[in-house]
Amino acid sequence: METVRRVISVVVLNEAQVLARVSGLFAGRGYNIETLTVAPIPETDLSHMTIVTRGNQRVIEQITKQLHKLIPTLKVIEHSEMVEKEMVLVKFPIEEKLSDIQTLCAAYNGGIVNVGENMVIAMAADEPMRIKHFITATKRYNPIEIVRSGVVAMER
Amino acid sequence: MKISGAQMIIEAIIAEGVTKVFGYPGGAIMNVYDEIYKQNDFEHILTRHEQAAVHAADGYARASGDVGVAMVTSGPGFTNAVTGLATAYTDSVPLVVISGQVPLSLIGTDGFQEVDAVGISRACTKHNYLVHDIADLPRILKEAFYIARSGRPGPVLVDVPKDITGEIAEFVYPADVHLPTYKPNYKGNERQIKKAAEAILKAKKPLLYLGGGVVLSNATEVVRRLAEISQMPAVETLMARGVMGADNPLLLGMLGMHGNYASNMAMSETDLVISLGARFDDRVTGKLSEFAKYADVIHVDIDPANIAKLVDVDYPIVGDIKIVVEKLIGHLEARIKPERYHVWRDILKRYDELHPLTYHDSDEVIKPQWVIERIGEKVGADAVITSDVGQHQMWAAQFYPFDRPRQWINSGGLGTMGYGFPAAIGAQVACPDKHVINITGDGSILMNVQELVTAAENKLPVINVILNNHFLGMVRQWQTFFYDKRYAETDLSYQPNWKLLAEACGGAGYDVTTKAEFDAALDAALEGGKVTFINVAVDRLENVLPMVPAGGALYNMLLEHKES
Repeated sequence: METVRRVISVVVLNEAQVLARVSGLFAGRGYNIETLTVAPIPETDLSHMTIVTRGNQRVIEQITKQLHKLIPTLKVIEHSEMVEKEMVLVKFPIEEKLSDIQTLCAAYNGGIVNVGENMVIAMAADEPMRIKHFITATKRYNPIEIVRSGVVAMER
Repeated sequence: MKISGAQMIIEAIIAEGVTKVFGYPGGAIMNVYDEIYKQNDFEHILTRHEQAAVHAADGYARASGDVGVAMVTSGPGFTNAVTGLATAYTDSVPLVVISGQVPLSLIGTDGFQEVDAVGISRACTKHNYLVHDIADLPRILKEAFYIARSGRPGPVLVDVPKDITGEIAEFVYPADVHLPTYKPNYKGNERQIKKAAEAILKAKKPLLYLGGGVVLSNATEVVRRLAEISQMPAVETLMARGVMGADNPLLLGMLGMHGNYASNMAMSETDLVISLGARFDDRVTGKLSEFAKYADVIHVDIDPANIAKLVDVDYPIVGDIKIVVEKLIGHLEARIKPERYHVWRDILKRYDELHPLTYHDSDEVIKPQWVIERIGEKVGADAVITSDVGQHQMWAAQFYPFDRPRQWINSGGLGTMGYGFPAAIGAQVACPDKHVINITGDGSILMNVQELVTAAENKLPVINVILNNHFLGMVRQWQTFFYDKRYAETDLSYQPNWKLLAEACGGAGYDVTTKAEFDAALDAALEGGKVTFINVAVDRLENVLPMVPAGGALYNMLLEHKES
C-alpha cells in the first residue's frame, strides 16, 4: 500500500499525562510523527493537537482509531479539506543583506522580528510546503539556527 | 461524611460490590491496609508475590465475570504487578489495580520505592490514574470500575500517593460517571447488521469464527442459537474454547497454529467469515495473504480498532456481540434455510475424517494428551481449567472437552508463563464449589511456585497437573523443527522434588509415571481438599500437532505424529 501524508487533529481533555498518552501510542505502535503541536483550546478544558504523520491507508486508519480509543480523546479529525499553517524562526548573522532577508520573509507572511548585536531573527508563517521552500531560500544568507513550529490545521 | 483517602478506597470497593481483593502490602499502601484490617465487608487474600496477586484477581474476574481487584505497594510492588496488568490488558480482562505511591511531595525526587507507575503502565492498561488531589479520588475510583468493565473490558490502574490515603476529606461516592470522551457503542449499526444478514443468506460456505469477545459479552447462548438456526459450522479461537460446547456437532474445533485440520481448512475455503469477538491474531491467521482468501468478512467487535486492523473487512459492525447477534438472528430466523449449507458441512466433515485431531497413545510412557483427556473424563464439566503457557496449554485447548464459557482460563494473548497457578487460585476463590485444575508444565509452574503457600493457607484445593517432559517443551519443539535440534537452554533435567516441594508448603504431592498412578493421584487430589502437585512424567519429545509454522498459510499444516 502507498504511503500517504496525513494531518490529524485530536481534541483531548487538557489533563495530566494526555500528551504522553498520545506520543506513547505513536512510539509503542511504531507510527511516525512528522510534527506534533499542542495547545489549550480557549475557554474550555480541552486541548487541540495537530499531528502530521505518514503511513499507508491501513496504518492511518489504525492511528485514528487508536487515538480515539484513548479515554481522554473527545474527537479525532483526519483532515481532507483544511487550512494548514506552520511558522518558522530563522537566525541570521547581522552581516547578511538584511533588506533581502526582509523581502524574502515578506513573501512568506513574515519579516524580521528581532535585531541583536550580532544577529537578526526573522519569521515566516505559511503552508508547510512553502515553509520548506522558504528555508531553502534562506540558505544563501547563512542561517545560524532554524526553528519550525510544526503544523497547525483547521478543517474548512 | 469526612473520611481518609484510605477509607475512601475501602468504601468504593464495598460500594462496587467487591467481595474479594488480592494483594500484598508495603510502605506506600499501608494506610489502605490499616483500613482493610478494620473492616469485614470484603476478604483480602494475601498472595506471596504481587504478580500473583494481579493474576489471581484476573483469574477471579475471568471465572466470575466480575471486576477483579488487586492492591500493591509502590516501586517494586508495582513493577511486579506489571506482567499481571499486561496479561489482563491483552486478554481484555476487567481489573482495578490500586497501587500505593510515594507522597506527592516526593514524586519526581527518586524517593525510596518510587517509580513512575502511570508512565510504565500506560501501554498495558486500558486507562490509568495518578491521584493528585483527594477531591478527585471518589470520582477516579468510580471511573476506574466503570472503565474496567464497560466497552472492551481491561485493567485500570489507580496510583495513590501515600499522603492522599492519609488525608481527610469529604466523601460522596458518585452514583454515575460523567465521561463525555468515553462512550462505548454497544448497539451496532442497524444497516450494517441487515447487510451482514443478507450476506449470510447469500453465502454458500459461511463460517462462524468465534473469539474471546463472545465470552466477555456473555453471548454464548445467542451465538449457539445463531449456529443452531442456521446450521453454520463454527471454529473457536484459543480464547473462545467452551463457547460452542465440545459435543456440539457444528463445532469444528480450534483454528490457528495448533488448530485441527478441518478448522484450518474451513477458514481457508470459506466464502464468508463471520467473526464474532475475534481479533485475527497472528497465531490464528498464519500468513495473512492466504487467510480466508476466498471470503468476505463480517467483523463484529466492541473495539473499532480491532476491525480492519489486519484483514480487510466487508461488513464492519462495532457493537456488543450479544446485542448484535440477537439482531442478526432477528433478520435471519424466518428466512434462513439450514439445508443450504449441507454440502459445505459435508466437505468439512470429510476433512475431519481425513485428519482428525488425534495422537498415538502408548502403554510404555504417558502421553500428555492422554492426561488431558483423562482429566476431562473424570471431571469434565465440573472443573474450571486454567493453564500456563506452552505445549501443555495447547494440548489442554485441543483435548479438554470444554462445554461452557469461563471454564477455560489461560493467558492467550500475552502468553504469560506463571499465569496458571495464581489464576487458578483466583478462580477457586470465585468458584469454591468447583474443582479448579491448573494444567501446567515443569517450566511454567516454577514461575509462581511460591503461591503454594497462598493456596495452602487459604485452603484452596487447586490441583496443579504438571505435564513434566523435563524440557521447556514448546521452545524445544521449535528447536527440533526449525533449529536443527540445538536445544539451547531448554533442557530442564535438573528439577526440584515436586512432591516434597508441595508438601513443604502445606500441600500434597504425587509423582506419577504410569496411567494407573495418575488415576490414583487425581482421585486422591480430588478427594484430598488440599493444594496439590501431580507431577506426571510424560513423553519427553512429544510435539504439539498439527502445526502451522509461524508465517505459513493455515492450510499448510504439519500433521504427522511420528513415533518418538
